[in-house]
Amino acid sequence: MPHLSTYVGLADHSEKTLADSFRAVADGHAHVSDVHFTCLTLAGWSDDHRHRLASVVERYGEDTDIDEPERLHAAGLAEVREGEVGLLRDLQDLHVLASLVQTTWTVVAQGAQGLRDTELLEVAHHCNAETSRQLSWLNTRMKVAAPQALIVSP
Amino acid sequence: MTTERIDDVWGARTPHPRATAWPTRVDLHLEDGVSEADVDRWVQSACLLCSNGCGCDIAVKDGRMVGVRGRETDRVNHGRLGPKGLYGSTPWASSPDRLTRPLVREGGRLVETDWDTAMGRIVERSRQLLDEEGPLTHGFYTSGQLFLEEYYVQAVVGKAGIGTPHMDGNTRLCTATSAAAFKESFGADGQPGSYEDIEHCDALFLYGHNMAETQTVLWSRVLDRTHGDDPPRVVCVDPRRTTVAAEAERTGGVHLRPRVGTNQALMNALTRELMENGWVDEAYVATHTIGFDDLRSVVAPYTPEEAERVCGVPADDVRRAARIFGEAEAPLSTVLQGFYQSHQATAASVAVHNLHLLRGMIGRPGAGVLQMNGQPTAQNNRECGADGDLTGFRNWDNPEHVRQLADQWNVDPMTIPHWAPPTHVMQMFSYAEAGSIELLWISATNPAVSMPESARIRRILSKPEVFVIVQDLFLTETAELADVVLPAAGWGEKTGCFTNVDRTVHLSEQAVDPPGEARSDLDIFVAYADAMGFVDRDGAPLVKWRTPEQVFEAWKESTRGRPVDYTGLTYAKLRGPSGIQWPVNEEHPDGTARLYADGVFPSDTDVCETYGHDLVTGATVTEQEHRALAPGGRAFLKGAPYLPPHEEPDDAYPLRYTTGRSVYQFHTRTKTGRSRPLDDAAPDAWVELAAADAEARGIADGDRVRVESPRGAIEVRARIGRVMEGAVFAPFHYGHWDPAGTAEDADARQANELTMTVWDPVSKQPVFKTAACQVTRIGG
Repeated sequence: MPHLSTYVGLADHSEKTLADSFRAVADGHAHVSDVHFTCLTLAGWSDDHRHRLASVVERYGEDTDIDEPERLHAAGLAEVREGEVGLLRDLQDLHVLASLVQTTWTVVAQGAQGLRDTELLEVAHHCNAETSRQLSWLNTRMKVAAPQALIVSP
Repeated sequence: MTTERIDDVWGARTPHPRATAWPTRVDLHLEDGVSEADVDRWVQSACLLCSNGCGCDIAVKDGRMVGVRGRETDRVNHGRLGPKGLYGSTPWASSPDRLTRPLVREGGRLVETDWDTAMGRIVERSRQLLDEEGPLTHGFYTSGQLFLEEYYVQAVVGKAGIGTPHMDGNTRLCTATSAAAFKESFGADGQPGSYEDIEHCDALFLYGHNMAETQTVLWSRVLDRTHGDDPPRVVCVDPRRTTVAAEAERTGGVHLRPRVGTNQALMNALTRELMENGWVDEAYVATHTIGFDDLRSVVAPYTPEEAERVCGVPADDVRRAARIFGEAEAPLSTVLQGFYQSHQATAASVAVHNLHLLRGMIGRPGAGVLQMNGQPTAQNNRECGADGDLTGFRNWDNPEHVRQLADQWNVDPMTIPHWAPPTHVMQMFSYAEAGSIELLWISATNPAVSMPESARIRRILSKPEVFVIVQDLFLTETAELADVVLPAAGWGEKTGCFTNVDRTVHLSEQAVDPPGEARSDLDIFVAYADAMGFVDRDGAPLVKWRTPEQVFEAWKESTRGRPVDYTGLTYAKLRGPSGIQWPVNEEHPDGTARLYADGVFPSDTDVCETYGHDLVTGATVTEQEHRALAPGGRAFLKGAPYLPPHEEPDDAYPLRYTTGRSVYQFHTRTKTGRSRPLDDAAPDAWVELAAADAEARGIADGDRVRVESPRGAIEVRARIGRVMEGAVFAPFHYGHWDPAGTAEDADARQANELTMTVWDPVSKQPVFKTAACQVTRIGG
């Protein structure tokens, strides 16, 4: 199952990238109170996903040698942008990262289904559902921020 | 002048048995030297000094308001009035420092001018901003103390005239969570219960609700039950040892004292106890709710022992409280700021609904929920949509709802901002701080004192780039910072309706003329709309009304078919013996005591006021997701895990800071501070400490202390007792305005200097009750 282990590794890696990026946005936009605190909470969810996956990673091994899905690895947000438009762009980047995480969980769940690995399936379903909630928040927050940022932001 | 209600806040008891009518008791107060025989006339109204909405008549003599009398026939108060209503309702009106002429800023100072000049400046700036940058430059911050008609006109001007989403009320600070919790659980705003449930309940739960001080007449109603035959058991959830807490213990109930910021863990444990002990009406849950399985898994980890670990409440007390609720035949729950202004506000308030839904205890006499309001007309702000809701409990995310309003107002639906949730006030101030809101219009509220992290708020209001308009009765701490100040007429000086906590609508008639050139807020917004030339699709004036009654008739039409149905009400009907509970329509011509008696909720996708939110993140549920749930009239059981507060105590700030109220003052004291008996009873700020915390710091009762958080500090006198160990309580009423001139340091007593800029993810209500602080003694 070399490719499933690749995807398990990808899930772990992309959740780490997402968690780090949520923290970067939380710190970089610390004066935007709701963004700051919500991003910290959501980073914690991604940490928890990696924790849940840890035992499964041990079982399948985390394979990082396969070339093809490597291209899916996305770089996280090392630093944030400034201002209301900057916040909008950062939220959009987080959304891209979270989308990668979610599709990864979808693929992992399919693999787990095929292997009848109920433990992995449960982890994948749980994490997928919480990633949806991360995406929903990002979407909501972008909708709120967009008009002001695009039209009247100085 | 007799001021017995200062010392005897709740008045003489009139005890009565369960399920019998609350006896009447008429309270009256007249100014010194005025007897009942001297009064020229009595004018029908309702009290505006808390959210209870007591019916009263205003005494007029020689063209002045000289006192008030409770209306014996009114369903809300049966004749009673509390100390604020009795002594605070009228003295402000003839106060010598009333604003009587408009003011404009000239060379850094506010100077008197005429209306044409003041309005001219507003219109010039407004027009320029709209032409150059558009409607998103305009923000409106209104009140919980204006009349329905005034909110409605403001909503029309803002949403259909200017087209800005930036409109909120100070109801955001007091009652936003009440509305949000209703919407999450039931699909739309609307109080399920009725005050008459107090007569019928056999258990009364008060969640973060110091009713004895915040709604004194309602507490009299409770005391008349707890001192009569077959009394209810009272359960109090409050970190302070309040009068309510003492009554809980006296009646064989429980006082639960959760650590500040841990309400959600306690609520989850109570919910779990109902499920574990089989105190669940399974048939009701199956027929009338959705979400049971998810809720069960959310609350599963919250054993009573876990609640004890997180909240500091003994596990057996959690069990006792749950048993009282689980075995009650008619439990009534009330909720207020201890939940609304605290951490996880909406989730905890929704949890109260969950308990009632799990037991099917809603919509029957005694079995109900009263999510309280903080201010007297907060409900109307929510109804009219001057506070970030859409008019008539409509859903901003539902194109059909937006179209209904556009049709009624005869404007393009695109004009009405509905692309995202309306902007809450904390966000509005952030936009002003960032420079994208450049005109901020504040009516009848005092954010320089009442909003969190108040030094920041004053800084924003002082920015030269932000054109600030304030309309008020007095030159408040906020008005001092404005570019234009408009003198407003107050209660008794204008006519309009308002609606209390339990949906009771009252008409408040004009009793006297406003002083000088002061105008009603309604007249001010109509004048602005006229001067701006806002028109509808046919080129006719957008604001077509001139009198409050004309506005009321238009408002009624906007409620047709909505849960908040006013169509059966008229001014003539409201001049009857008592206020009337909406909905009032052909089906319910005399009003409606309780909502949801049939277990049918306004949750259908096409009906609901919101598709709902994630209680943890605040993410909005989409229409498709909502439709897929097929709520179809069922209520939602929604849960959330406990999350630690945003700011936890540490070595530098080891105590938990919480703010609250005094029975003698209202809001920032604009009216109550101008009543001698009330101000004498509570003239200056203070802070409450637990005995152990005081002793550890060498603080004795009455010492001056410095209370400091990472954001600011106050210096006030200490009172020892009432709060639990580790907690510090400060009243929020006091800014630098010092009517009696007796404050020790009026510039260093504002409780909100210490609070955080942070809010609930769903209701967006600021968190006033959780911050970290340190207290040190500075003098005897």
